Formats: sequence, structure tokens, C-alpha cells
Amino acid sequence: MAGSTLASPTADAAPLGSASRARYVSPARDTWRRFRRHRLAVAGLAVLILMMVAVALGPLVWRVPINDIDFNAQLAGPSWAHPLGTDDLGQDVLARMLYGGRISLAVGLAAMLVAVVVGTIVGALAGISRGSVDTALMWLTDLFLSLPQLPLLLLLIYLFRDPLKQLVGPELGVFLLIVVVIGGFRWMQVARLVRAQFLSLREKEFVEAARALGATKWRQVVRHILPNSLGPVIVAGTVDVAAAIIAESTLSFLGLGFPPDIPTWGRILFDAKDTLDIAPHWALFAGAAIFLAVLSINFVGDGLRDALDPRKVM
Amino acid sequence: MNEQQLRDLIGAVKAGRVSRRAVVRRMVGLGLTAPFASLLLAHAGVAAEPAHFDYKPTKAGGGGALKLLYWQAPTLLNPHFAVGTKDQEGSRIFYEPLAGWDAEGNLVPMLAEEIPDIENGGISRDGMSVTWKLKKDVKWHDGQAFTADDVVFTWEYAADPATAATTIGAYQDIKVEKIDPFTVRVQFPKPMPFWAEAFVGTQGMIIPKHLFEAYKGAKSRDAQTNLKPVGTGPYRFVNFNPGDLVKGERNPDYHLPNRPYFDTIEMKGGGDAVSAARAVIQTGEYDYAWNLQVEDEILLRLEKDASAKGRTEITSGGNIEQIQLNTTDPGTEIDGERSSVKTKHPLLSDPAVRQALGMLVDRNAVQKYIYGRTGVATGNFINNPPRFVSKNTPWEFNVDKANEVLEEGGWKRGPDGVRAKDGKKLKFVFQTAINAPRQKNQAIVKQACQKAGIEMELKSVTASVFFSSDVANPDTYGKFYCDLQMYTTTMTEPDPTRFMRQFLSSEIASKANKWQGRNITRWRNAEYDAAYQAAEGELDPVKRAALFIRMNDLVVGDHAVIPDVYRPRVSGISHQLRAHLTGWDNDLWDLRNWYRET
Amino acid sequence: MTRYLLRRLLIAVPSLLGISLVLFTVLALAPGDPFGELASNPNVPPEVAAALRAKFGFDDPVWLRYLRWLVAMLHGDWGFSFVSRVDVDRLIWQRLPVTLIVIGSSQILALVIALPVGVFSATRPYSLFDQIANTLAFIGFSLPTFFTGILFILVFSIYLHWLPFVFRGDLGITGWRWYWEEFRQAAMPVAVLGLFQGASWTRYVRSAVLDVIRLDYVTTARAKGIAEFAVVTKHVVRNALIPVVTLVALSMPLVFGGAIVTEQIFRVPGIGSLLISSILANDTPVIMAVTFVFACLVILFNLTADILYGWLDPRIAYR
Repeated sequence: MAGSTLASPTADAAPLGSASRARYVSPARDTWRRFRRHRLAVAGLAVLILMMVAVALGPLVWRVPINDIDFNAQLAGPSWAHPLGTDDLGQDVLARMLYGGRISLAVGLAAMLVAVVVGTIVGALAGISRGSVDTALMWLTDLFLSLPQLPLLLLLIYLFRDPLKQLVGPELGVFLLIVVVIGGFRWMQVARLVRAQFLSLREKEFVEAARALGATKWRQVVRHILPNSLGPVIVAGTVDVAAAIIAESTLSFLGLGFPPDIPTWGRILFDAKDTLDIAPHWALFAGAAIFLAVLSINFVGDGLRDALDPRKVM
Repeated sequence: MNEQQLRDLIGAVKAGRVSRRAVVRRMVGLGLTAPFASLLLAHAGVAAEPAHFDYKPTKAGGGGALKLLYWQAPTLLNPHFAVGTKDQEGSRIFYEPLAGWDAEGNLVPMLAEEIPDIENGGISRDGMSVTWKLKKDVKWHDGQAFTADDVVFTWEYAADPATAATTIGAYQDIKVEKIDPFTVRVQFPKPMPFWAEAFVGTQGMIIPKHLFEAYKGAKSRDAQTNLKPVGTGPYRFVNFNPGDLVKGERNPDYHLPNRPYFDTIEMKGGGDAVSAARAVIQTGEYDYAWNLQVEDEILLRLEKDASAKGRTEITSGGNIEQIQLNTTDPGTEIDGERSSVKTKHPLLSDPAVRQALGMLVDRNAVQKYIYGRTGVATGNFINNPPRFVSKNTPWEFNVDKANEVLEEGGWKRGPDGVRAKDGKKLKFVFQTAINAPRQKNQAIVKQACQKAGIEMELKSVTASVFFSSDVANPDTYGKFYCDLQMYTTTMTEPDPTRFMRQFLSSEIASKANKWQGRNITRWRNAEYDAAYQAAEGELDPVKRAALFIRMNDLVVGDHAVIPDVYRPRVSGISHQLRAHLTGWDNDLWDLRNWYRET
Repeated sequence: MTRYLLRRLLIAVPSLLGISLVLFTVLALAPGDPFGELASNPNVPPEVAAALRAKFGFDDPVWLRYLRWLVAMLHGDWGFSFVSRVDVDRLIWQRLPVTLIVIGSSQILALVIALPVGVFSATRPYSLFDQIANTLAFIGFSLPTFFTGILFILVFSIYLHWLPFVFRGDLGITGWRWYWEEFRQAAMPVAVLGLFQGASWTRYVRSAVLDVIRLDYVTTARAKGIAEFAVVTKHVVRNALIPVVTLVALSMPLVFGGAIVTEQIFRVPGIGSLLISSILANDTPVIMAVTFVFACLVILFNLTADILYGWLDPRIAYR
């Protein structure tokens, strides 16, 4: 991967680059081709897909019920009967991890997307427009940053839990609420980062050139500034996935999350913390799963950025 | 157990055939509290035997620092503003009541010269008054003398509604007068079988008149002494950071010889119970940890370790973890109120369903695998160790039998395994406050119900919301907008009168009383109401006791609540520390006698 | 520039007012009240809670309570805590020093880790150092502080007996021993917070430097034969600092706001633990005071960041 971040073509990249110029490739396909060159990104994508398949199909293969209480196997270490051991009620950790993983991954990814998309839009709008629009948007950002989250969360539960349940059913309702809440509290950082990039980039020569050539504001943003400010967005995305998975477990302690008997990864980690010295296995696998998910999402993000970066020749 | 049997029991003690302690335990098993039983015996002329404590230090001071760890920190140090136990405990370092309750339920004099009884003329025969003789030569920390005026003032202060004291319940109906500088008489409006409420225990700490006089009533919040207590206790005030730290130092003028032992005292607050247990038992950073609500499994493993620096101490009290069944319908709204008394629960009004639910709570498993020593399975509303459980209230965990009962009641299994009758499915919402052992308890109940064809949706609410008196919130325990709920009812007072109010028809929580009524289950029973009224006016302690036992059996027999486990108090104590704890008073009630073995 | 600053400061006043109004409304509408614990105690008659509600003006309409609060605040009266029954500013002053020390040091620790590690990683992308630093960073922000906190306690307090894990605001000693004890008890909370923050910052720094290092002017600078160290420090880092300044500005208000979870684990008597216990007890005056100061700091530091952008990149124009 050496050289993949340099501005000028390096020796090993050059032949490929010239070869690709020979025939027409559609932009999507070109992106995929560039993405594939990023080996870690491909590995990350593979791991991510593997995890998704595992949590989607795993419970069909590993048919141990998640709430089968077995008092004779409390806090037992890994064994053939329980490959990842059991928790303090003797419930199978593997089955619970597979089941809870669906929610953790879905919440993590969806909340991250909400945060990143909202943050990017707000940041880009504020960064490209000046004066009152910028001021108003930054006021909104400051407001969200200074709101105390806990009372607001309690208020949201109280206002929206029952109406949402009636509207879209209990599970989807809770899911939507969680995603909106977590995403809604994490977009401000992205917005400030994107705006800062915009402030700097919009004065750069290449944007000026585009402006001089008569590019519309929309085109300046989408084609020129935005792709160059994706760096912090992608980092924010990976940080947010981890934060969202953990935040979900915090929410269930406020009664906002899923019912207490649903073992999401963050929840398992929280439940296991008091017995860390007695039964480390209980926390280990949940922690490792979150780490792996974050790691692979990050590599996918890195790969995407490299693939979308027009300056880079691969 | 009826009145005659109780009389026989008391007779047996008097004749010396049975030990006093055994009888107290027997009565506790019948649904009375230990202090109540003690008073009963005192009334019958059986003298109390306060436990004798060995106190080894031969001089005051020299004990170094005593470090107490409370995972909830005191936020104020005025005992009459105490919002929770934490505030009472913080105040108890500096203030003392006239008497405290020991573990056996006996009164132990603190600022009183002696405990009033019928023989010494302290208690009037008609039950209308009690006379306290006060200790002489007691000084407040600022050097002023403690007299009857302070006691009378404490009553005036707490009874004034404008003060908004949290202890007002103990003071508002009585009259207190000074007989001489060291004698006060408490007058009751009606014959009072339980006279030891005002000036005793958690609600009885005496405050100095000369410092609070100007701040009675509406100006109460301006008193400097609210934050800088001046009491008569073994330690005097040094420093207080609300919500964090209380510091005190030895009171050199303490009114008992050779006490106190420690030079300084520090009460640190905050954090969580598990790490508090670790700080006392594992690392020995602290000498004492309060209220270790930790799963027993963890406590046992910490204690078992060879290098353990402390242990846990279990003290019996009156708290009970219970599952309440809603008698009204949470799904129907009448006059802007769900769970209205005007409705009937569509499923739980069937006695078969209630009976089956009673059999589906695996209390033994809850005790064995969640609470251990800290939650004892029980079939009674008030209880002590299982061997003393009343024969009136048997209980069992039996899924097969529950299935039978439901089958006979006409509840047939549907294709999805859930039972139904007349198109109504056996589906319940079961809520509780957020707390790890409770969530596990819910899981155990849910699993058993599943096997019996009952579908249980679990719900958990943040404790601060669940226990709030907020009228606008639908999730409070008082509103009870679901089918079942579980929480601990605390019994902070050693007499069941107030405790048993929670099943009176007149106390039903409703929109009209802003859901402040004590009767949360909305259970109604004419016989219960009559028994309660009779007990209130009953002077004969034996008849009164029999009435309370009857009330207990009515509640449990009709499954208004399913008692789950009885919760003794658990503290962490360093191996060297000698402390006497009780379930009927604050943990620091006997702080003056604490010392460290060397 | 001066006009821009003036305009921003002038706008800050109405925006603070607006924020305080939103804050107050949220708190007033949020469920719960300060007297919940009384309600579940059978010894306390319901009238006590009702009397307290009336005494503290809980039954008045929201707008009246807000106006009352605003007028008092303008007079410099921060309010009176329902729960502790003391003035709010007293509670805050008691906790400010500890918060500043613990959270402040952790932010410094995070920066001290993130800047060099991030820059060094970016100059040698995908090298062994970069891979290790990245892996540690990912572990760092994948594990929540409630987890790492307990892990630290188990290792350093319980197995090794090196550090105390109960933080004492008032140590009762003076001189060098005070510094030493203060260091010992602050080490774990500072490390837990600093490492968590530093882990994600490292990623941001690395990404920012990577974005800049491949720009043409850096290549030009290299081509001119300027030493690599000078290229990185003078040309790269300065331009990569914009996102870093943004992040630091975003987290500076925390120095006042505290860190709720970490303070809870180590029993640090900081403003975070004051805030959470006030929220759980619905002690509105305390919550209002803390969050309002927090809001002021958010606005102040974000404004500072905006001004710093102009210094870091002179081409950024304020119009």
C-alpha cells in the first residue's frame, strides 16, 4: 500500500493507470476497481459482510435459545456446549451475541449514517453560504452541543415512545427512535469539521478555478469541495459507529432502548463489567465484536475515500 | 395464629418456658416486626434485654481515621430535611435521638436517661402519653447545655407545615410539653399503642433550639446550621461538600466515658455499590461500606479470597421485594385516567390467573441465583428466616400446577402456545425500575410464564422516573399503567401501621389524589379495611397484633401482591472494625460504640 | 475581522437567550420531580411533597418560572438547589477545581498523545508504527469508559495495589505529599479519559495530515530540498490543524461540564457527577446553572475556533 497516499503516480501504480485509460469504464465501476486495490478495505468489507451474515443467519444455525436459563452453568467459561461461555444466568453467550449483534450493527450503522449525513449537509451548507445562513446553522449546532442529553432523552421517550409504537409497531418504533436519538446527538461534530474544511477549501485555487469557469455553487460543492473534505467525515463515521453501539446500551438503562432482556453488544459489555475479574470471557467477545466492526468499517471508509479521490491515480 | 395463641406465647415467656428471643422471632414470622413484638412483650411486663456490647477501648480517641463509603452521597445534613437514608446517615454522625432501635427491636437510650415503660411510669396506662427523662450533663458541640427546651423545640420545628420537614408525619399529631428542664411529656390525640416514633431513631434526631430558633417555618432554608450541623453526637462537624464528602472529628466532651474511639471520621459518597464492596473487602481502602446492593455471587467471591480485608454483614430489616398485580384495567381510560378504580382488569380479575402467577414466581431461584443472602424467598409480606414462615401463607413454584389451574379456569393454549379465553390472550406487561438484579428477576419470571402459556412483555423504567411523584408522567409506579410491577417497599418504621396503609380502599392511588395514594394495586377488601380500623383503635397489644397478622394473610391470600424476596440490609465491614448494626434504625445509630480491634 | 468578531459576539447574546429558553422548556417538560424519593417512603405524608412543590414554585406555569430564573440570573443569583438547599454557585465552586484538574489534564494528555502519534503515523502510512498505533486507537474508542475504568481499577488497584480508586476531593494533607497523593488518585481517571479522547483524536490528526501531505505544495517544498522535519512541522501540520482546532474547541467546554461516567466510576467529585445527580433528582436550578455556563463555553470556544481558522489559513475570509 506504500505510495497509495502520494500525489504523484508511483512506479507500481503507473502501468495500471495507463491500462485503464485505454478503455472506457463507468464511474461506479471505476470506483469499485479503485476500491479493490485497497487490500485492507477489501478485507474490512469481507469481515463486515461476514459479521452481517453471521448475525443474520447465525441464529438459524446455532439454535440455542437466547434466554434459556441454566443455573448449573453460571458464568461458565467457553466449552463445546457454550463456545463463548455463559453469563450470570447461565445463558449462552454465543446465541446472545448473534442475536444482539443484529441490533448493535443495525443501530451502529444507521445512527452513524444519520449523524454523518446530517452533519455533512449542515456543515456544507454553513461552509459554502456566508452571513445569516452560516450564523443560523452554527447557532443550531451550538444549541445541540449545549443541550443536556439525559433530560432531553427522558422527554423524548415520554413524548414519542407510545405514538411511534402505534404507528410502526414496537420493534421498528424503538429502532427508529434510537437511531434518530443517537444520530441526532452526534452530528454536530461532523458539521463543525465539515464547515471548517469548507471555509479553507472554498478559497483554494482549484475551487477558484472552477468558479471562474462558471461552475454553479452546487457543482463547486459536490464535485470539488466535498470530496476533499471527506477525510474527517470518514473518521467521524468510524468513531460514531463505536459510539452508537455503546450509546445504545446506555439508552436501554434509561428505558429508551430495547427491552432489558435483549442482549445487544453494548448491553453485554455493561452487564459483564462487574464480573470482569471472575468471568472475563463474558465481556471479551462483546468487546472484540465491537472493535472488529469498528475496525472493518474504518478500512472500508479509507478505501472509499481513496477510491473516490480523483487526484489519486491507482 | 389468633389472639389466644399470641396470649399463650406471651404467657410461655413469662413463665420462662420459652426464651424471649425465640418468641420475638416467632412473631416476626407471623408478619409482625421485631420492634413491634418487643413492645408487645414490654407491655405484658416481659423486660427487654438489650444486647450487651463489648466495648474494649479504655480511653477516648487514638483510633485514627474512620472511613465510611456510601455509594449515595448525603446532599444535606439537617435530619428533618432528609430526603433519603443517605441524608439521615450523614446527620446521624452529629445528631442523636432520645433513643435508637437495636437489631432485636429493643429501644436503647441515647439522649434519654432511661426507656419509658409502665413500671417506671414513663408510659401512661391509658396509652395517651409517654414521659421521657433526659440525660443531664449533655452538651451541644458549641458548649451550650442540652435541655428539655431543645426537645420541645424539635417538635415545634418539625411539626410546623411551613418548615416542610420530611419528618412531619411523626410530629404533626402529637403535643409535647416540658415538665422540668430534663423531663418532657408527649401527648397523643388518641390511645397510642406505638408510642416510640417521635424523638426516636431515624426521625427522632434532636436539633439545638438556640441555633434553629430563628429559622423555624418559612425561613428554615436560611439556617447556616443546615450545612454546619451542631449536635450532641460523638463526632463534631469539620467540613461538608454536598453530594460528596462529610468530615468530622472527635467530640472531646462526649457524654459517654471512653468514647468515641476514632479521632476523625470521613463519609465519602458517590460511585456504585460493586466498587464500594471492592474498596472495603478487596483493597481495604475504606472501613465500612453502606447498603451493598450487589449480587451475592460477587460478594461471596470477594469475601472468599484469602487476602480479603473485610466481610459483609447482613442485618434483618423489614424491606420486601414484591410483585404487584393490577386489579384495574390499564388499557381503558375513564375520565382521563387509566387503571381507574371504575374498571376491572380483564385477565387478572380471574382468581385462577392470579393463583397461577403466584405459582410461576420461582422465589427460590431468585434467592439462590440473584440475591443469595441479600434476598430471602418469602410468602409473607413481612418476614424473617424461612424456618419461621407463617403456616397461613404457603407458597410453591410449580409450573405444572399453574398449567392445571389455568386449564381448569378455561384458559386454552392457542396455536402460538399462548393461552386464551373468550378471545382474550394471556398477555401481560411487567414493569420495574432499572437495576440489574431486577432485570434478572424479570427474566426468571418471564421464562416460567412462557412455559405456562403466558406471554410477558418486560419493561424497565429509570428509577428516578419510576419513583417520581410527577403527575404528568405515565411511567410512575403510582400510576401503574401496566399489568404487573415489581419494586421494594421499604419499611423504615418499626411499626406496621403506616406500612399496612398501602392496602386500604381509602388509600387507592387515583387521579383525584394525584396518584399520591399509598394503595398502588387498587386492591379492595372490606374485611381488611375493617381489621385496619379495628387495629388503629385497639389498645390491647395482643388483639392488635392478631389483627395485623390477619391483614397480612388477607393480602397474600388474595394475591394482591406476590411477595418475592425479603431484603435484609447488607454492609461491608473491615475485619478489624467492630460495629453494631440494626435493621430498624440508621447504620450509624450506634456510631459511639464503634472501634477498631488491634 | 474586528467587525466580524463584534457581530458574532452581539449574536451570541440572543442565541444564549434562545438556548436558555430551550433548556428551560426541556427541563420543565421532562418527566420526574425532585421529591420522588419522598413519595416512596411510607413515613412521609404526601402533603410534604406537595408543600415542597409549592415552596419551590413547581406548580407555577413554565413561562413564569423561566422569567423568574432569567431575572435572577441577570442579577447574578444562580438559584437555590432543591436537593441540597444551598445556593447553586456554592455547589459549583466546590467542584470546579477538581473538574479543572482532572478533565483538563486528560484533555492535555489526549492532545499530547494524538498530535505526535497522528502526525508520525500519517507521514509513514501503513508502516508498522502506523498499524500498531491504529489498532490501539481503534481499541481505545471501541471500549467505553465504563469498561476501561473498571479494567484499570482491577489491574492497578486490586492486583498491583499501586493506586487508590476512590478519589478524595479533600485529602487533608499539604505540601509535597499532597501533590504526590493528588497525582496518584488522579492518574487513573485522567488516563481513562485521556486515552479514550486521544484515541479518536489520533485518527482525526492522522487523516488531516494525510489530506495535506499529498497536496502539491508539500511536494514542492520537498522538491526544494527542505528537511523532512521542517516540511512536516512548518508546512503540513499548520495546515492540518484546522480539524484539530475544531475538535479541541468542541471538547474544551467539557473541562467545565465534566465527564459523567468516569467521575462516577472513580467517585471524582466533579461537575459531571453534580450534573447527573441533579438530573436524576430533577434539581432544575443546578441543571440550569451548569448547562447554561456550559452553553456559554460552547459558544465562546466555537467562536475562538472560527477566529483561529483565519490565523491558521490566512486565505479564509470572514464576510
